[in-house]
Amino acid sequence: MTEPIVETKQSENKEWEPKIIAFLCNWCSYAGADLAGVSRIQYPSNIRIVRVPCSGRINAYFIIKSLTDGWDGVIVSGCHPGDCHYISGNLVARRRFAILKELLEFFGIEAGRINFMWASAAEGERFAVLVRKATEIVKKLGPNTKFDKKW
Amino acid sequence: MVKFMGLETENKEIENNLREIARELLKEKKVDVIIGYKKGTLPLLSQPIIIDSEEDIDKLIWNNLCYVNLAKYLVPRVPRFVDPEKGNLTVGVVSKGCVGRALIHLASENKINLDEIKIIGIPCNGVVNRQRIEMEIGEKEILEVSVLGNNIIVKGKNFEKEFPFDEYMNDLCKVCKIRKPPLVSKVPDLCVGECEEYSNIVDEFTDIEEFDSKTPKEKWQHISEALSVCTRCYACREACPMCYCNLCFVDQNKPVWFGKTTDLPDIIVYHLIRAMHMAGRCVACGACSLVCPMGIDLNIINRKLEKIVKERFDFTSGLDPDALPPMVNFKMEDAQEFMLEED
Repeated sequence: MTEPIVETKQSENKEWEPKIIAFLCNWCSYAGADLAGVSRIQYPSNIRIVRVPCSGRINAYFIIKSLTDGWDGVIVSGCHPGDCHYISGNLVARRRFAILKELLEFFGIEAGRINFMWASAAEGERFAVLVRKATEIVKKLGPNTKFDKKW
Repeated sequence: MVKFMGLETENKEIENNLREIARELLKEKKVDVIIGYKKGTLPLLSQPIIIDSEEDIDKLIWNNLCYVNLAKYLVPRVPRFVDPEKGNLTVGVVSKGCVGRALIHLASENKINLDEIKIIGIPCNGVVNRQRIEMEIGEKEILEVSVLGNNIIVKGKNFEKEFPFDEYMNDLCKVCKIRKPPLVSKVPDLCVGECEEYSNIVDEFTDIEEFDSKTPKEKWQHISEALSVCTRCYACREACPMCYCNLCFVDQNKPVWFGKTTDLPDIIVYHLIRAMHMAGRCVACGACSLVCPMGIDLNIINRKLEKIVKERFDFTSGLDPDALPPMVNFKMEDAQEFMLEED
């Protein structure tokens, strides 16, 4: 007779950890994250990285869909203004992010779930600090339940 | 106090002027067709009409029930006014302030050619919020609408009710600053009726301050309650002059971006993304709210967008056909206080 499958329960005192999706631009932030990695700078393991060509590639769809798909937080990171590999991709993106962030606040959805940052390829330390900060913010907000579907 | 142009009497002057201008334009072959409003099939409604011969001109009306934004008929999602022999037709559009703004904004997005359009400008003092009246009356049928001074009198079987126009006006009309179509100086003979020059619009946005001061929880409660009745009929999208995409993001199924159900998250996402798309483009005509069969008040979202865009990018849509829309434009010194920074 086979053993009945016992559901493994998470120990009660284990803290809830958010899952955060991070969209990093290929030219700055992805390299920055890489630098943080090779320099062995510690940053939270809550983030899962998606590499995109430029922060201008980030559509509001990506961010909202991440939230509806159950991610607890979203990080978008690109080159500093003026450093964009495609000259102005991050500047156009910045306007989009501003509108999206304000709209989320207006709808009463926790705007802290969405975090935008600039980090260049040489700023491994800054990247780690900001990811730590974003993780803290999302952790405080708790699990993402506003987008839970009934069916 | 806004003076209510009566449905029967006081607006006759504008209506007569409008017909005269329209007749002249058609007679002198300055335009091939005219888009305007005609009497609706129900007492509180008006209908759009497309006129190409002089006989029909007497069907043109103008009153406070003309809420459709006629610019919708000129954007590519619906067939253009094209003659197989003559090519593109010249179209005259009966324009209140927001229709004129929509036309100018569409021109700035290169969707229409202002050379093929004549704006027949008329001054507007707001449209009636039909849903609110219908909601107050309830299940009973409205048979007659008349006007006495500033009041709208709605009659039906065994009841008669008065509604003050100032109160039962569309919310966006209450704060409207652009009541006549903006005059475009670069196209001098574009305007044939009453138009006005607008250079810089100063707006205080006092109407949404109250909502802005609410806590996130209250905001969420308000928004989710208001939107939860949405049936996803997309009437708001169909009535909006700025929604001209050949394939809307909610209709896309390769990939399926967002759910198509009437579950609350799906509804919220639809309205959120639509609001995103309206940023810096909405011309505050209020057509989306006025066509909503569930009576959802989308005005508050549109008003907020107007505020964000005005404060952040100092832009008012639909005033200058040569201006670059804010969401395809950028400035090095744009505010970025929302970006995460090291302490």
